[in-house]
Amino acid sequence: MRVPYFPGCTLKTKATGFESSLLASSAVLGIELVELSNWNCCGATFPLLADNVMDLAGPAHILVDARREGERVAVACTTCYNVLRRTNHLIRRDDDIRDKLNFFIDADYAGDLEVLDVLQIIRDEVGFEAVTRAVQVPLSGLKVAAYYGCMVLRPPREVAYEDPENPQTLDQLSIALGAEPVPYSHKGECCGAFLAVKSPQATADMCRPILESVLANGADAIVTNCPVCQFNLDRQQSALQRLQGGFRAVPVLYYSQLLGLALGLDTRTFGLDQHYVDTRPVLERFAVLDTPRLE
Amino acid sequence: MNAPSRRALVIGAGIAGIQAALDIANAGHEVVLVERLPSIGGRMAQLSETFPTLDCAQCILTPRTVETGQHPNIRLFPSSEVLAVDGEIGDFRVRILRHATYVDETRCTGCGLCQEKCPTHVYSDFQRGMGPRKAIYTLSPQAVPNKPVIDRQGCRFFQTGKCRICERLCPTGAIDFEQEERIVEERVGAIIVATGFDLYPLSRLGEYGAGEIPDVIDGLAFERLLSASGPTAGKMRRPSDGREPREVVFVQCAGSRDPELHKAYCSKICCMYTTKQAMLYSHKVHGGQAYVFYIDIRAAGKRYEEFVQRAMEKDRVIYLRGKVARIYRDGDRVTVQGVDTLTGRTVTVAADLVVIAPAVVAQPESAALATLLGIDVDGDGFFTERDGNGRPVETSRMGVFLAGVVSGPKDIAETAAHASGAAGKALSWFARWEREAE
Repeated sequence: MRVPYFPGCTLKTKATGFESSLLASSAVLGIELVELSNWNCCGATFPLLADNVMDLAGPAHILVDARREGERVAVACTTCYNVLRRTNHLIRRDDDIRDKLNFFIDADYAGDLEVLDVLQIIRDEVGFEAVTRAVQVPLSGLKVAAYYGCMVLRPPREVAYEDPENPQTLDQLSIALGAEPVPYSHKGECCGAFLAVKSPQATADMCRPILESVLANGADAIVTNCPVCQFNLDRQQSALQRLQGGFRAVPVLYYSQLLGLALGLDTRTFGLDQHYVDTRPVLERFAVLDTPRLE
Repeated sequence: MNAPSRRALVIGAGIAGIQAALDIANAGHEVVLVERLPSIGGRMAQLSETFPTLDCAQCILTPRTVETGQHPNIRLFPSSEVLAVDGEIGDFRVRILRHATYVDETRCTGCGLCQEKCPTHVYSDFQRGMGPRKAIYTLSPQAVPNKPVIDRQGCRFFQTGKCRICERLCPTGAIDFEQEERIVEERVGAIIVATGFDLYPLSRLGEYGAGEIPDVIDGLAFERLLSASGPTAGKMRRPSDGREPREVVFVQCAGSRDPELHKAYCSKICCMYTTKQAMLYSHKVHGGQAYVFYIDIRAAGKRYEEFVQRAMEKDRVIYLRGKVARIYRDGDRVTVQGVDTLTGRTVTVAADLVVIAPAVVAQPESAALATLLGIDVDGDGFFTERDGNGRPVETSRMGVFLAGVVSGPKDIAETAAHASGAAGKALSWFARWEREAE
């Protein structure tokens, strides 16, 4: 299936491995993600000022462009997904804001576009059973802690495609790939998100209990869908390693990287060497790196 | 047209159905009492003590279940369901499905040998998972009728074709693996619906562990732990490792009063039963500490407020005014994170056991039953009264009455009063038809 796709800036800069592994894996699963021909910044946060419509012009512009390409748009960056989906929700719900935005960006858009997470498309339209059938290199024995972050869960009515208090999609995907998700207490706790910019200490304080919970439950790796969570959990570990002798670090992988590995794809462009905590020793230990790869 | 029938159908044999059936039967009229489970007593049979008197629930209930089981005017259909209702007030035709129980009730003496020797232990709904039952079983030692039934899914013979131990051992030859379900038809003049309630499933409360933490249980499961006839014989033992819990946290309004995510309404009974449970826990475990998280204490009822004060003052239960945000497993303990809005501080308790008071909800099949009966049901699945103020037991269909929690949350005292009201309504029609017939 061919789906218009909005990448966002992060997947073109800090998270290139996320994008390359996602595009390659999706193609194998029959999803052709077609990048929008002309796209701009989503704004990176959903504006909370109720009376300032200006900040919504950027995401609204993206929605208008995407609507020309089809009836839905796939997004992989969780932040972009959150902003675009909430903007779309607002345009559908609020006549006044819709009219103002349309006037400002010279468009006639009614909100009749579905904003979907690529992960959601894999779950609902490919199906995890089909994913399992496509697996070439099962991630047998690999214990993963599925970490969800907030951007695809909250606020639930606007963005969530599963129970925000007990999300399961990444756990189910991990099972489909042959890995073993471990139960742990902090899978839904906040990583600190953008506090990393303003208050690194706050981020450290928020990441530490999550990492401790992951370690206490014996995970070999963390799997996530969110570039911000990936960055925070990954980066904080290098700090903890410096501060605490003997701190055992766990790599933080994107679900698409695990998916690509399990599908037997060429991982050279997956950015597995670009994480703060090197992902390769664990992957080598479970013999998923040195197996023959599809070219 | 035939003369109106002065018989009543009562659907559901919990305390509401029993109350209504006995009122009508004792007035001299026949009652057809249909119960889905193998024995009567309903939710009340699962309870340990009742508030605010701490009377033993079984001691109140058992004389009534026994009277119901032996009453010459009551035809009891356990393991049965109502399939269809046609006709109108005075002349309802009811089709009742009697499930196969694989035990011939006319031969069974209730000796209990089959249950004792059955090799298969399965999950028990009645024990809320606190203990198993056998594949051939009665709900409790005081079951009425005291005739075991075979659960086809759990039975080794039905699943593998081998076993038949119960059949070999039964001294009266009552086991009948060939038994088939039957449909019976009854004519009645009035119908009383008393199908009771369920609890909101813990699996829907992800923030409280989604039902996956063994030492996070619901209020009915805790009743089974407290009950002398329960799986621990009333000893306070937590599910995970059987240890006596020293710190127990009770969480109220779990799914109630939460219009954003769950149910908007107040479940009404939780403040009182939680108080009772915290109190009974304190009586059983000396030196143990009970905590109760609450939004408001709603103790509106005779001697209810005094009961809560007693828990706070005499039994040293710590009440914290605020909601619990998160519950998660931490080693062999359960961490409860909440807020105390009176001090404005967040509170974290390392608990050995957490007891959740989930929302009281309608039975999952209530909408289907309402359709079958041709009566109205609200968005939450509770049956709608003709007029909540003036006609609290009547429905939109003449001759169909409501009794108990089927129309909304009620405690036992209120349920009994409501059920007697429904019985009174049916009896007033019967009296009128009797006069007209003379």
